[in-house]
Amino acid sequence: MSDHPTPPAEKPALLTRIRQSIQRGPLPPPDDRGRMKMVMNSLVLHIHPSKVSKPALKFTYTFGLGGLLILLAAILAITGVLLIFVYTPSPDAAYESMIALQTEIYFGNLIRNLHHWSGNLMVVVGVLHLLRVFYTAGFAPPREFNWVMGITMLLLIIAANFTGYLLPWDQLAYWAVTVGTSLLDYIPVIGEPLTRLLLGGPEVGAATLTNFYGLHIALIPLGIFAIVSFHIWRVRKDTITVPRKINQEVAKEKVTTVPHLISIEFVFALVWLALLITWSAFVNAPLEEAANPAHSPNPAKAAWYFMGFQELLLHFHPVFGAIIIPGLGLLTLILLPYLDQDMDTVGIWFRSIWGRVLTGLSFALGVVGSFGFVWLNEYWLDLPGWLPFWPSFISNGWVPLAAILLLLMGYYELLKAFGSKTCEARQAIFTLLLASFITLTFVGIFLRGEGMALIFPWS
Amino acid sequence: MSNRKFSRKDFLNIVWGAAGTLAAAELSFIGLRFLSPRATDGEFGGVFNLGPYDGFPPGSVTPVETGRFYLVRLEDGGFLAVYRRCTHLGCAVPFDPAVGQFICPCHGSEFTMEGDVLNAPAPRPLDLFQLSINEAGEIVVDTSISIERDQPSPEHIVSA
Repeated sequence: MSDHPTPPAEKPALLTRIRQSIQRGPLPPPDDRGRMKMVMNSLVLHIHPSKVSKPALKFTYTFGLGGLLILLAAILAITGVLLIFVYTPSPDAAYESMIALQTEIYFGNLIRNLHHWSGNLMVVVGVLHLLRVFYTAGFAPPREFNWVMGITMLLLIIAANFTGYLLPWDQLAYWAVTVGTSLLDYIPVIGEPLTRLLLGGPEVGAATLTNFYGLHIALIPLGIFAIVSFHIWRVRKDTITVPRKINQEVAKEKVTTVPHLISIEFVFALVWLALLITWSAFVNAPLEEAANPAHSPNPAKAAWYFMGFQELLLHFHPVFGAIIIPGLGLLTLILLPYLDQDMDTVGIWFRSIWGRVLTGLSFALGVVGSFGFVWLNEYWLDLPGWLPFWPSFISNGWVPLAAILLLLMGYYELLKAFGSKTCEARQAIFTLLLASFITLTFVGIFLRGEGMALIFPWS
Repeated sequence: MSNRKFSRKDFLNIVWGAAGTLAAAELSFIGLRFLSPRATDGEFGGVFNLGPYDGFPPGSVTPVETGRFYLVRLEDGGFLAVYRRCTHLGCAVPFDPAVGQFICPCHGSEFTMEGDVLNAPAPRPLDLFQLSINEAGEIVVDTSISIERDQPSPEHIVSA
């Protein structure tokens, strides 16, 4: 027996062997090659390429917005699954579930707040992500279709928010969804059957709650998951655009994803998680009294991200406010990367120095112009009254739309006459419309009081 | 063989393609029918008997909560059943007795007692339900079908 002394450490200890069996390859990886292999060999890390462009890691280029969206989606999935266990989707029980979350269930408020605020933040961050990509021409070929998928997901995020809005079944929820779904009624031909299908009847009721619950917890999340997989896969295959200064060549330097990108992502996620939990611990999601189908509150407002559209409806005939103007806007937004021919400015913020000046100018012009329009329409402009011989479809639809389009075309031609490049002029128009929409949303949320009259907080 | 205009391969491609399209159409139809609205819940959507017509004085507006409509008796004695859903964006329109008008709290549309639009943004007068007065002199309102109108017209007003 003693002739055969067992050599020490011939096999690692059991615990070490278990630990090593989880991760393919040695950890930490000894060299760059090992680090690249680690990404290649990991199911999760494999959403990244094994090496990434070094300048593209610069935080002030992407601001981590896409990653933040993934983090928010993860928080929403986890808190959402928890909420499923305590929520009953029926008009009699839904509101009571909300009360139980506030009073009986441990951390009920915290989980609901996290879900609420993450969902709302996701709309904002989705729009910011879109703007970042637009203003750095991040949709340069071959990435056009990824832009389209991004917009589809933004619409799904809004749909997820909107269906979730109904679930507390309080006054806010009931009337915001009534107003929101009534917008669809104005779509010619298919509008009414579509609304009936969505509501499960002529008005918001028990069937609507069931439908929205199913959409909110299953169909829409699955849709987002399917598209985001494809979206990230395309980012990985097409690579992200590389930031550069004006007149600077595209830098080709690359670094390994592990640890350069992974460590940034980890810290970023942890900081945001801390911020969200802190915020949710102190700021409660709104909950009004239980839904009462007989009494609309005054004013009845749609969800905040629809307030720009509701504001449009105060100024335009419904077919224009709800369908034609948003439809034209969405179509243009989708086509942007396909219309853009000038791709030698990719990776430069706002394309050029002149582009930066124009963007600032157009934003200011959009804010002042649309606010002026709201003001005039409230106190002086009365197209249906001035043009009584035309139906309001023309006097309050085609006429103001044509006037606005003519003004935009005039602005575009003016910019071209001053020597702007096509992409700079288009960017200016986009900025002007963006600023107008933000202003309308702002007016709708903060400056509309009883009977939707224009009210200033200081008066 | 291969330069025939319509080969067996072409034929099979078309037949299988058509079969696939048909299958997709059938499944979509089944899915949509499955999800189509169920029958409405008892009360709203049924027929309401509101009793003898002379219980409602001329120039009165009586809300019928469960039927989601207002029974309007005009000054000349004519009756209307006005659906309370605003034609603009679907809010519940309350009647303001002080001014004798329906005023929508959501977007400020105003309607006369007859439901005609006084103030936009509502695109058309308030919808009506079928109203009749039976042989016993009782008012009967059928809420299963709403009547859309572009203009108020005397033909909708039911007199005793």
